[in-house]
Amino acid sequence: MNICVCMKQVPDTNEIKVDPETHTLIRKGVPSIVNPFDTYAQEVGVRLKEQLGGKLIVLSMGPEQAKEAIKSCLAVGADNGYLISSRSFGGSDTLATSYILSEAIKAVEEKEGLKFDLILCGKQATDGDTAQVGPEIAEHLDLPQITYALDIVEKDGEIQVKREHDSGYDMISTKLPAVVTVVKLPYEPRYPTIKSKMAAKKKEIPVLAEADIPSIKLELCGLNGSPTRVKKTYTPVREKSGVKLAGMEAKDAADQVVKLLEEAKLL
Amino acid sequence: MGNLNDYKNIWVFIETECGKAKNVGYELINAARPLADQKGCPLVAVVIGKDIERVAKDAICYGADSAIIVDGPEYEYYTTDAFTKAMVTLVEKYKPETLMIGATNNGRDMGPRVSCRLKTGLTADCTGIDIDEETGNIAWTRPTFGGNLMAVIMCPEHRPQMGTVRPGVFKKGAYDEGRSGEIVKEEIHVASGEIRTTLVERVNEVAEAVNLEEAEIIVSGGRGVGSAENFKLLEDLAAELGATVGCSRAVVDAGWMPHAHQVGQSGKTVAPKLYFAIGISGAIQHLAGISGSDTVIAVNKDEDAPIFEVADYGIVGNLNEVVPALTAAFQARKA
Amino acid sequence: MDFKRDELHQDILDMVHEFAVNEVKPLAAEIDRTEEFPMENVKKMAEMGLLGIPFPEEYGGAGMDTLAYIQTVEELSKYCGTTGVIVSAHTSLCCTPIYQFGTEEQKKKYLPKLCSGEWIGAFALTEANAGTDASGQKTVAVDKGDHWVLNGSKIFITNAGVADVFFVLAMTDKSQGTKGISAFIVEKGFPGFSIGKLEDKMGIRASSTCELVFEDCIVPKENLVGELGKGFKYAMMTLDGGRVGIAAQALGIAEGAIEETVKYVQERTQFGRRISQFQNTQFELAQMQANTEAAKLLVYQAACAKDDHEPFSHKAAMAKLVASRNASDVTRRCLQLYGGYGYTKDYPIERMMRDAKITEIYEGTSEVQMMVISGWMGVK
Repeated sequence: MNICVCMKQVPDTNEIKVDPETHTLIRKGVPSIVNPFDTYAQEVGVRLKEQLGGKLIVLSMGPEQAKEAIKSCLAVGADNGYLISSRSFGGSDTLATSYILSEAIKAVEEKEGLKFDLILCGKQATDGDTAQVGPEIAEHLDLPQITYALDIVEKDGEIQVKREHDSGYDMISTKLPAVVTVVKLPYEPRYPTIKSKMAAKKKEIPVLAEADIPSIKLELCGLNGSPTRVKKTYTPVREKSGVKLAGMEAKDAADQVVKLLEEAKLL
Repeated sequence: MGNLNDYKNIWVFIETECGKAKNVGYELINAARPLADQKGCPLVAVVIGKDIERVAKDAICYGADSAIIVDGPEYEYYTTDAFTKAMVTLVEKYKPETLMIGATNNGRDMGPRVSCRLKTGLTADCTGIDIDEETGNIAWTRPTFGGNLMAVIMCPEHRPQMGTVRPGVFKKGAYDEGRSGEIVKEEIHVASGEIRTTLVERVNEVAEAVNLEEAEIIVSGGRGVGSAENFKLLEDLAAELGATVGCSRAVVDAGWMPHAHQVGQSGKTVAPKLYFAIGISGAIQHLAGISGSDTVIAVNKDEDAPIFEVADYGIVGNLNEVVPALTAAFQARKA
Repeated sequence: MDFKRDELHQDILDMVHEFAVNEVKPLAAEIDRTEEFPMENVKKMAEMGLLGIPFPEEYGGAGMDTLAYIQTVEELSKYCGTTGVIVSAHTSLCCTPIYQFGTEEQKKKYLPKLCSGEWIGAFALTEANAGTDASGQKTVAVDKGDHWVLNGSKIFITNAGVADVFFVLAMTDKSQGTKGISAFIVEKGFPGFSIGKLEDKMGIRASSTCELVFEDCIVPKENLVGELGKGFKYAMMTLDGGRVGIAAQALGIAEGAIEETVKYVQERTQFGRRISQFQNTQFELAQMQANTEAAKLLVYQAACAKDDHEPFSHKAAMAKLVASRNASDVTRRCLQLYGGYGYTKDYPIERMMRDAKITEIYEGTSEVQMMVISGWMGVK
């Protein structure tokens, strides 16, 4: 099974803080990581590859420094990685991004001399949280999609996917090729080993720009290809002056709160 | 794209399954109602499913002016291919100016597929919807960067303007039985060969579905609860109040509760009347999910915990003592 | 002395950091409470290649250097002192002497399984009456022709309860004093060998510190390491390396404590201000940071000297003396900044303070380090 994992390098949102005075995001010094959902996509891909053979190739669109993220995928089982990077791709919203990725996928199939059976993405990237790029890649490539996957198994040339819903999961099957977006797995992504890390380090990461993707139409990339515009951004301010009971016996405090709730007709 | 002015009306997609509507559709009708009034355009509920006429009527009673329904056996359970085809066909025929979809798993599966086929813009997971005064476009507000940043997004030159909206952000309007409106039936059929995925089985893992989004009272625990066993204290309080138990991300990460209970940026957005935050410090990711709560009651041993900044009522103290005391106090009140 | 990290060191460090934060840190408080050896994490570290970092690939090692290994111990110790010493004792005190002094057969037999983590290693020198005065060995090994018979007991042996391979020192000829001490490789299953009581310790509580008991323990002839009577010398040379590991552990504990405290002082408010805004907090942390950086230079210097095959006993001793005292000092001062919360088990700082203390004691007390340093200085 040949597998393509679409991965995004994101700032570690757990490390992002808001400046208490200016109410702006402090982005300086925030480490870049592989989007956590993508690490699950990569792990399930590697497991399928180990079980069934084939190649696993990682694609990432982003700046030069995203090569680091690609290398960390190579260290945990990807065979090859490509960085999709060009000035003309900048400013892309999800529609343009998914278009570029879908064209890059075709170009990589050509270069590698293979056809992908499965295209995996994380459910969403933790910076934008849109969950749109996966389904849009499927649409551009006219492939079936299964989103919110909790696990993927292969069965007689098809895949069966556990798809998350509120009270459990649906088992959904589809023929290949297909696009699956992954939420979380019953197992954690593996860690690299010193050896695999060293091997990944040495590997060249080819960069694909528009010249390397023959079929791409530039008017569908970047800002030109993006129907949405960010009008403004701001940091949410949360302030409330509530009642705070401190230094009281638990029972007294509890009674007091219930009384206050009652008085405020909240019960 | 044609002339933007050809696109009129605001549509709300009402998600159904087995003929039953998800609440978020009705919430969106209430959210879209003032926008439609402001624009002076009709508000149309779009229902795709099986045996859904009742849902269309309910949508009107909740505030829609009219409804379009696509009814058929192929829509009993959601599939990407059938629902995308039906929705795209409707949009191409009627040309709505705006299309709102609940940001459920299915809504977020179908939304991008539809917008991509229509080559228009989609804003994901919105928590606010307004009309931009200058241009008359919809201004979609959404949290990003893990809830640390809010972005206002517009789709100025493509139609329809599409957005998915988080369940629980808006509230349902009053149900007005007297309201009436036209219900248009569209026949759109999808051959089974066009649906490329098959539902093999549905597995319900929890005895009853965790429905945090629609809960009126939520008792949520954080890392401070200390262990899976200790959630018993919260369950007792929840049982007393008829509340649903929620938790923070740390709790899910620690394996004390399943993900279905998680409240916050990476979990559910909730809007209960009462939200009890027990042993939850109030990380921004968590606060992002509870901002729709009417009243927040916090219990935390750290008096400087950020949760107290958003709490209406806070108790500084040991939750192992305070939570049972609360349970007892509510019990006493009933007696 | 140039110990600028190259990219490879940084990559390994990043990898260890991610593992430490995701897997080691969340368990630290729990294993401190339960004293349960973190076997699952040790197995994961083995898979990552962290249990044989400074050994050649032909013996199953990662082919890296002492510096990479030291930085790994440091990084692990930032979040869990127990995990740091588990790796250090395994690597420095069991794998290293087998690699350095063992026969080719011994290396081939033991190192691949130790490096892969299939086997865990320990080192046994200390006895009830042979602590700082390690020459007073009471454990004896008697030559029985085709095998050795060991009798006696060892105490305070790190990793003992879970180890498969022990590097054991025993007296083979009492009349020769320290030159009558020899080294043996003892396997867990050897007849007459058993593990005694688990110590209930103040810190590094999950490192499985136990007593070893030898009752007519039969050790095959070929398990004598190196030359007869050279054991004490091997042990001292091994401890030189081990001290760099413990210095790295101490360094990591101090860095971890500072990291936690910097976070805490920005959250905690008193008198209407974050306590980070008080000058006392700022100065305390600045001084701790500077001292810790100084300790780090000594630790890395010692590691690099070992890598460059220079004499490094005194450098290891200085690194351990300074880094371990600094760890105790930093954790104590950090706890003071926490105030009452720091004294509770809700925060990691009291554990770090308990963990730090041992670094001034094991693998040579601070006093022993000063003996080594003053001896090297010629102050006699």
